[in-house]
Amino acid sequence: MQNHPVYTDNDPQTEYSTLNLGPTHPATHGVFQNVLQLDGERIVSGVSTIGYIHRAFEKIAEHRPFYQITPLTDRLNYCSSPINNMGWHMTVEKMLNIQMPKRVDYMRVIIMELARIADHIVCNGVLGVDTGAFTGFLYMMEHREEIYEIYEEICGSRLTTNIGRIGGFERNFNHIAFAKIKKFLVRFPPVLREFEALFNRNRIFVDRTKDVAAVTKEAALSYSWSGPILRATGVDYDVRAMEPYSSYEDFDFEVPVGENGDVYNRFLVRNEEMWQSLRIIEQALAKIEKEPSDIFHADVPAFYLPPKEEVYNNMEALIYHFKIVMGEVETPNAEVYHAVEGANGELGFYLVNDGGRSPYRLHFRRPSFINYQMYAPMSQGMLLSDAIINMSSLNVIAGELDA
Amino acid sequence: MELADIAIKFGLIIIIFLISLVIAMYSTYAERKIAAFFQDRVGPNRAGPWGILQPLADGGKMFLKEEIIPTNATPFLFIVGPSLAILTACIGSAVIPWGQNMVIGGKVIPLQVTDINVGILYIFGVVSLGVYGVMIGGWASNNKYSLLGAIRAASQNISYEISMGLSIIALLLVTGTLSLGEIAQQQHGWHWNVLYQPVGFILFLICAFAETNRTPFDLPECETELVGGYHTEYSSMKLGFYLFAEYINMFISSAVMATLYFGGYNYPGMDWVTAHLGPIAGPLIGTAVFFAKIFLFIFFFMWVRWTIPRFRYDQLMDLGWKILIPLAIANIVVTGVVITLLN
Repeated sequence: MQNHPVYTDNDPQTEYSTLNLGPTHPATHGVFQNVLQLDGERIVSGVSTIGYIHRAFEKIAEHRPFYQITPLTDRLNYCSSPINNMGWHMTVEKMLNIQMPKRVDYMRVIIMELARIADHIVCNGVLGVDTGAFTGFLYMMEHREEIYEIYEEICGSRLTTNIGRIGGFERNFNHIAFAKIKKFLVRFPPVLREFEALFNRNRIFVDRTKDVAAVTKEAALSYSWSGPILRATGVDYDVRAMEPYSSYEDFDFEVPVGENGDVYNRFLVRNEEMWQSLRIIEQALAKIEKEPSDIFHADVPAFYLPPKEEVYNNMEALIYHFKIVMGEVETPNAEVYHAVEGANGELGFYLVNDGGRSPYRLHFRRPSFINYQMYAPMSQGMLLSDAIINMSSLNVIAGELDA
Repeated sequence: MELADIAIKFGLIIIIFLISLVIAMYSTYAERKIAAFFQDRVGPNRAGPWGILQPLADGGKMFLKEEIIPTNATPFLFIVGPSLAILTACIGSAVIPWGQNMVIGGKVIPLQVTDINVGILYIFGVVSLGVYGVMIGGWASNNKYSLLGAIRAASQNISYEISMGLSIIALLLVTGTLSLGEIAQQQHGWHWNVLYQPVGFILFLICAFAETNRTPFDLPECETELVGGYHTEYSSMKLGFYLFAEYINMFISSAVMATLYFGGYNYPGMDWVTAHLGPIAGPLIGTAVFFAKIFLFIFFFMWVRWTIPRFRYDQLMDLGWKILIPLAIANIVVTGVVITLLN
């Protein structure tokens, strides 16, 4: 960990000027800071400061029962909170050895892929904004709104979704939710195609992004990168394909890879991932049709909170309700790592449990935090404008960076 | 000069001044409405019907905002910056011929404040002075983002003035005069210069984008890199002046482009119209046509802004020095050769 930057204008060595990029700069899209030494517009060196919104989630998690940790995960990568929620549920289910019904897996896949699309919409749209083309961003943003409406239909909230429960979903998808998902599948592809037409071969955009911040496979792997930016360098690592969870092995999709890991390749990889996500959602909808339509949670009464009408009329349900809420349920002594493919990379949950009501220790492997470590070294020698579009294509989400 | 002439000139100056202010004001409204149109939005619609009072509301807001001069700024220069920007933007309109001479009661009234014989040079001079407003403001703010924006603005404007000047030289070979009034007259009917100087026009258009700091050349104030660029530290009406100056500049450069290349107030069939509708209605229609051309250019400026991304600083310089200037010189050579051969 580097010390807090100490550059000032009074430093004897500076023929360079010091520029504080952040914490409230419009291009950081979140609260973090880079202190840059500039030679004209060229960056000589930079130091990243993070931790502006550190909320000690890992420590807070040690005092909360498992089901109350889900809202904490919402606030990691808030552009795609459902993936975080699902990742956490699956981690606990892995620890408890709960087998999920296929239908729940597919429901989760739909939600996670919608969240991935929502996240990529923001990232690629904002890359356009940072290069000065605002319009494409708004075209796409309209459809992120549609995704948020789907969340709203399923769980009632939009940004910090707290979607699903340990052991399944709190309620079934209703017909309106399915109708909205189908509507999205029809309405979004033309817009994505238009967005690609606006940018993919736009001469100025290509000039701005091509060969900017190119990263080799070796460098990316040595910094433990993951997600779209790793795949843009040419490494075909995707948790969904390498270590399938939530029945991803049932789906037919491609893992797009780039060539040299520059900003342009990252942009293309993200766009292609949106197409693949659409494919997965279509397949999942078809598969769900074949499953019994009333299953939306696993049969684990000791962990799945019973519905309220049961609680008031049924003794077992009342007992389970009490035990779950008070954290009286037996849990195993276990050490579990579960990773999902978050929108920014491998989102891992490392859970050590000592049998109590809350984790003994919980660690989030936050892709933004790990991906961001390369930012300051790779900015050296770059122009200020390039450093800024590099930052937006790394898709650093402050909530996930600081946890 | 008689007193009546002076009164007429004075009236004309005030009218043109008001028109440019109103057009600049409503350009901000148009910009927002057009952006909304491109982006499937509604745009401002609260102040008055269709939001047409929005510019007035914005102006009122600007005047009522707190006046902030940063502690470390140079107060005098901090105020000089936006004043210079708005001043140079406003005086550019003096040499533009807004229409044919009108004849009222046997008296010839020219619709041009002054037809000096170095009209183009005057415009260039005024535009060059405009960059001082940006530079002084950016430097006096004592903020690094402002300084970077000011440096970008200065180098960009100086670089693109060169290719702008060179693209004009080819036009001057065709017209043989620097007076905007004469250039407008020469393009009588449909003999517009753009037909003889298409390359020159495209070069001039690109440079006009750069001179007015519009996308894709809006590096001096690109908000995602430099926060606000040279006007980061500005607030209240001083900020308003900078933004206003940009829109007036856009209006003036549209007017100059329309005059130099698109025939100014000329339109096909203007003689017939003048003969049939009289010496007052004819020139007035010409003026209306001129403004229509200006609005088309302003729309084009906005269309580009909401469609394409911006350049990077070094790409901007490459485009200016390595592509536009050689092209402009080649255009001069070709024009010269063609004129010599045809004579």
